[in-house]
Amino acid sequence: MFGWEFPPFSKGGLGTACYGLTRGLNKLGSDVIFVVPRGKRAKQTAHINLIVAENLYIDNEKLIIRGVDSLLHAYMSSKQYADSFNRILAFSDSSESDVIYGRDLFEEVERYAQKGKVIACFEDFDVIHAHDWMTYKAGIQAKKASGKPLVIHVHATEFDRTGGHPSQAVYDIERQGMHSADRIITVSNYTKNMIMKHYGIEESKIEVVYNGIYFDYECKDYEKIGTDDKVVLFLGRITLQKGPDYFLEAAKRVLDYMPDVKFVVAGSGDMHAEMIERAAHMGIGKNVLFTGFLKGEDIHRAYRMADLYVMPSISEPFGITPLESLQNGTPVLISKQSGVSEVLTNALKVDFWDIDEMTNKMISALNYPCLNTTLAHEGKKEVELLSWDKAAEKCIDVYSGVV
Amino acid sequence: MKNICFYFQVHQPYRMRKYPVFDVGKNHQYYDNLKNRQIMQKVAKKCYIPTNNIILRLINKTKGKFKVAYSITGIALEQFEKYAPDVLESFKELAGTGCVEFLSETYYHSLAYLYSKEEFTKQVNKHKNLIKKLFGQNPKVFRNTELIYYNELAKFVEDMGYKAIIAEGADHILKWRSPNHVYRPKTTKKIKLLLKNYKLSDDIAFRFSNRKWKEYPLTTEKFVDWAAFAQGETINLFMDYETFGEHQWEDTGIFNFLNSLPKAVLKKNMGFILPSQAADLTPVGELDVHHAVSWADVERDLSAWLGNKMQQTALDEIYKIEKEIINSDNNDLLRDWRLLQTSDHFYYMCTKWFADGDVHKYFNPYDSPYDSYISFMNVLNDLIYRIKGSKGKHIVTEKPSILIKK
Repeated sequence: MFGWEFPPFSKGGLGTACYGLTRGLNKLGSDVIFVVPRGKRAKQTAHINLIVAENLYIDNEKLIIRGVDSLLHAYMSSKQYADSFNRILAFSDSSESDVIYGRDLFEEVERYAQKGKVIACFEDFDVIHAHDWMTYKAGIQAKKASGKPLVIHVHATEFDRTGGHPSQAVYDIERQGMHSADRIITVSNYTKNMIMKHYGIEESKIEVVYNGIYFDYECKDYEKIGTDDKVVLFLGRITLQKGPDYFLEAAKRVLDYMPDVKFVVAGSGDMHAEMIERAAHMGIGKNVLFTGFLKGEDIHRAYRMADLYVMPSISEPFGITPLESLQNGTPVLISKQSGVSEVLTNALKVDFWDIDEMTNKMISALNYPCLNTTLAHEGKKEVELLSWDKAAEKCIDVYSGVV
Repeated sequence: MKNICFYFQVHQPYRMRKYPVFDVGKNHQYYDNLKNRQIMQKVAKKCYIPTNNIILRLINKTKGKFKVAYSITGIALEQFEKYAPDVLESFKELAGTGCVEFLSETYYHSLAYLYSKEEFTKQVNKHKNLIKKLFGQNPKVFRNTELIYYNELAKFVEDMGYKAIIAEGADHILKWRSPNHVYRPKTTKKIKLLLKNYKLSDDIAFRFSNRKWKEYPLTTEKFVDWAAFAQGETINLFMDYETFGEHQWEDTGIFNFLNSLPKAVLKKNMGFILPSQAADLTPVGELDVHHAVSWADVERDLSAWLGNKMQQTALDEIYKIEKEIINSDNNDLLRDWRLLQTSDHFYYMCTKWFADGDVHKYFNPYDSPYDSYISFMNVLNDLIYRIKGSKGKHIVTEKPSILIKK
């Protein structure tokens, strides 16, 4: 299996999904070799969270994690790659010519692909499973080297990440990956339709496997922010795809009716500074709190102190965060432009662009306690039925179809 | 002789529009008039007109041996008048045959009995007057909204002067007994209880077009054989009238089934009977029903309307303001308040979707039960705003009734 990231060094849903899926596969008796890129010589920073191979541990005998020297990590753009490359130069005393890393993102993807090919020659396996575009080339190389079937797993497409303005180079790699694959797994019908429409893939080649969720940590009770004020939470990368600007627009309108509500924006991303400025400019700065990037326990705390979690994504192939929120007992308002809205019934749903309706639902969820508790209660019951074991089972079906 | 007793429920709610919080205190128009008209005209075309024509023809062809009963809600009759007057005319024509009986129920298809007996009585009387005016009949048999029934209701309805009441023949109230007899409700003296034979009724209403059903396709002969084989003197087939042409589309063969049924029944030496005639039979025993039964879902209880906190809160709040509404002496307020009581609004809020939900989803004009609750509570807040006649911004709350308490 070729991935980009693996917990605890993950920035978003993809690492969590790979973790859940591999655990599910293990449970069903499948051995998984998981290949992740790593940035061995780069320092870890809050801004760029590189995966460090030494810290990846093997948590049971059936899952072997292989680190490949690489600067790749999930959600990286070409510009970020250049920044990270320069940082390594700054940290090391060596000149540019000594550096073993590729010069741009695509060179890096290529390098990762070559490593994938080598690994494929040495390891024993039955099927190749590659997660998202940066690993597709590795998957294709591994397939060429081993003759084993390739399954690619689409967690997101370039259309989702860019709000419909894809980079041609990334699109080409995605398209090549999808056409070279023996079978394609998408995380929702939403994504399935997208790749049929934009990548010219036939329906019969695609299988939808919804993500799951694990209940494997202690849920503690957390204090509220220290007031009785209602709290509405945004949690995710602060980037175009996640719709933080729509969140602020709705917040502004809610505050016209309920001036004491607090809006918490948790996460980091390329629109972080812009959003802080925007909130100030809108005159709602004192009601919108930015927490920066959260991880581990703090994520659960954030969910728990909120009265409502909002995921206003403009295009979300799946969206695991609403499930995490419900798991923590907080009801959710999610965009209809998401895969998770296909599996969740007990959620408020809205078109991401419909600020009026988003406002109406936020106010209702805050003012009508029975609505809030029913959503939370029924939603939690529903989430408990979504398991990674089910997802793993479907993956095994897909494997059996190509082996 | 064994008889079949048909009663058809005819109802269309006034569906509300999506009412956002911004409209509270500003816009007092609650209904989706366009949708209500479209649905009424669609169902009239697919079901009411063709089915009424068939029934009329069958009555004439059998020289009055075929007979049926209807319970038509007040708000359905209103909407016929407004959006499909020819349907109302054809019901009047059916009334003229003397082979059609009209039952009594609440005008607004409400759950009023559970919350206010005073309001319940007013709504039943309002309905009775309308039936008298339109069809020249004085209803003698009562059916409560959604066939909700228990001992106390039977007693109350007996005291209102009815000779029979209708209920669901649920297994848990009948146990080993058959629904094909007339019973006496416990604690009553005269009133009779007619119970729906849900197996045979649902064979037509729900299973008729189900290709996975092992009895598919259901022929008239097969059905009449089952009826003839059943023990008891009256087989009560109670169902939504929309079964014909709307729930079961014309291409399922449902109209042919109905068309050929009377002849097949009469050939087997069975007949047809009206509810008020069935009520003349002697009861075979007493039936004790403490907990409310209804005809909805697999549970046959109140959980379709009162199963979650949202539904309970919405219903509690609407009846808490009864006094203020009556005292306001404002007919617009009274009408809006009563239209909010229609049981459908609470049915839309039902969250027990996964086992039994298909029916709920099919009839729900909202995307989800949560959306329907939001609209309903926003409207209720506006209604309170109008009672208070308050100025300035109105903060919406889930217990709006507290806003009018001194």
